Amino acid sequence: MSLKSYIVTRALLTIPTVLLLVTIVFLIVRVLPGDPALLHFGKQVNPAALASVKRALGLDVPIYVQYYNYMVGLIHGNLGIAFSNEQPVAPQIISAFPATLELTLGSMMVAVLVGVVLGVRSSRRYGSLEDTVIRTFGVVIYSIPVFFLGLILIAIFAIGFHILPSGGRISTVVPMGGTFFGVHIQTGLYTIDSLLAGNLGEFVDSIKHLILPCTALGLYISAVFLRITRSNMLEALGQEYVTAARARGLKERSVLYGYGLRNGLLPVLTIMGLEFAGLLGGAVLTETTFAWNGIGSYIYNSIINRDYIAIQGAVVFFGVIVAVVSLVVDVLYAYLDPRVRY
Amino acid sequence: MKEERKSRVRPAINFFFTLPRFGTGGKMVVIGLAIVAFLLAMTALAPYMEPHDPTALNVGPHDLPPSWSYPMGTNRLGQDILSRMIAGGSTMMEVAGLSVLICFLVGVPLGLLAGYSRRMIDSPLSLLMDSLYAFPGLVLAIAIAAVLGRGVVNLSIAIAVVYIPTYFRVVRSQVLTLKELPFVEAVKVEGGRTWNILFRQIFPNVLPSIAVIASINVADSVITEAGLTYLGLGVNAAAADWGFDIYYGYQSLLSGAWWTVLFPGLMVVLLAGGFTFIGEGLSEVLNPRLRR
Repeated sequence: MSLKSYIVTRALLTIPTVLLLVTIVFLIVRVLPGDPALLHFGKQVNPAALASVKRALGLDVPIYVQYYNYMVGLIHGNLGIAFSNEQPVAPQIISAFPATLELTLGSMMVAVLVGVVLGVRSSRRYGSLEDTVIRTFGVVIYSIPVFFLGLILIAIFAIGFHILPSGGRISTVVPMGGTFFGVHIQTGLYTIDSLLAGNLGEFVDSIKHLILPCTALGLYISAVFLRITRSNMLEALGQEYVTAARARGLKERSVLYGYGLRNGLLPVLTIMGLEFAGLLGGAVLTETTFAWNGIGSYIYNSIINRDYIAIQGAVVFFGVIVAVVSLVVDVLYAYLDPRVRY
Repeated sequence: MKEERKSRVRPAINFFFTLPRFGTGGKMVVIGLAIVAFLLAMTALAPYMEPHDPTALNVGPHDLPPSWSYPMGTNRLGQDILSRMIAGGSTMMEVAGLSVLICFLVGVPLGLLAGYSRRMIDSPLSLLMDSLYAFPGLVLAIAIAAVLGRGVVNLSIAIAVVYIPTYFRVVRSQVLTLKELPFVEAVKVEGGRTWNILFRQIFPNVLPSIAVIASINVADSVITEAGLTYLGLGVNAAAADWGFDIYYGYQSLLSGAWWTVLFPGLMVVLLAGGFTFIGEGLSEVLNPRLRR
């Protein structure tokens, strides 16, 4: 199969997955016991008012009509109207997305860095004290709820030493972005926007705000990378080409990185795709802990407001993001390792 | 002579006592089991052990740091944190246990069925499970828990839905290999029923991998339960609960009372860590390929 046809096949396979996902979420919100509108507004509201709200939100028609309307809306990028502020859900989610993106990208960097470095060290000294210590670190970090890790970091670095902020994305006003080749660019990623505006102080400040949440979320995910890197390295180092390289008298360093890691890293890429889902889940808890105004906080507030349409919208959005990311990762993998195409 | 006597001990107990001989993996299982046994015993015996009533208000001054009379300090309501730690594990353990049971009862039979049957059943089931598997687990659990409402059973269902695909995938992939093996073929040739082949021949061979998944899954359930409670979707705010105490201690932490968050957090880590140790160790003991 050529790369092009692999991409097309893989992209087409994404469609039923996303459709199924959207349907599952729709069913969870509409079919599980409990009328979402009633749950939101409470039992004391008068029936006539409730009926008019339901009519306004399109919840008074039979479920299959609702499903049809919902699907048609989705194609047009419409995620419904939130109960709590009667605003469309989609724009609210889009405006919250850059914050979540900045957080997850930063966390992914921390996770891969910590996981791969420790995984390589651990496999190099298989069975030694260092290996045991690193593996124990992996188990412990895997068992720490991400919000607890975040709270500990806040207690130490924000409250104890006062060197990093305890929450929020920036201390000053929101960076406005800058004009680049005559086009005004504002990404919503504060690090990039502050650089575009040429404001170094804001850039440093936004990085400072990123450190604690990214460390918490990144370390939480790093355990998975650590385990995968370690086991793949062990497998790669046991191969004959590694023995051959050693027999030829190559330096241990180049055996380790040139032969072991190059082959051991490929599966890490797949895990990056899979863990992106975990990252988004963890982002909900991390954002809540660090008062980070992304989609996670949006979900948290929607839970508090019992706003099921908003929750549904955010969940669908996350699902689509994950599907797209895993598509990209698979295509990248197929490009790097032609064997998977067959 | 000595070896002979040992082999007469019942297999399960024998397995346990020989665990340390299985290298790091075996030791990890023993450590994990010890931690879990300790926490279970502590929770079961809580009424006899706690120095104060865990739910009583104003047992001492508010947000008092750890001291001799309150070894873990007090929280914002003047409750004794040590007592709350001793008593606070029961909800989490119930939810984790129940969700694993649901996963086992749903995921394993579906996995057996999908692995053994033709594409007609396998393909749609696999597609469904893969979609669920790829989904951000916590986010899905949030949606389900938010709609279902509070309660041990509801929370367990919300968590179980997230992890059923893991059981399904592992069981299915094992069945795909196992069903081609000679001992299964032999029963088929003898005219054995499908039911018999699935549950008497294949199922026992899948069990070791399920044990590994289940123990890691308990750890995941514990962490997910803590997370849902932290987001305000927990079971009940009235009883002592580690997850709720972390959530509740947040305000106190911001004013410097770190002990209100540290101790409940450590309890969650200990419980989840115990199960992770068991799972990690078991997978190494049962998978000799990784052992050198």
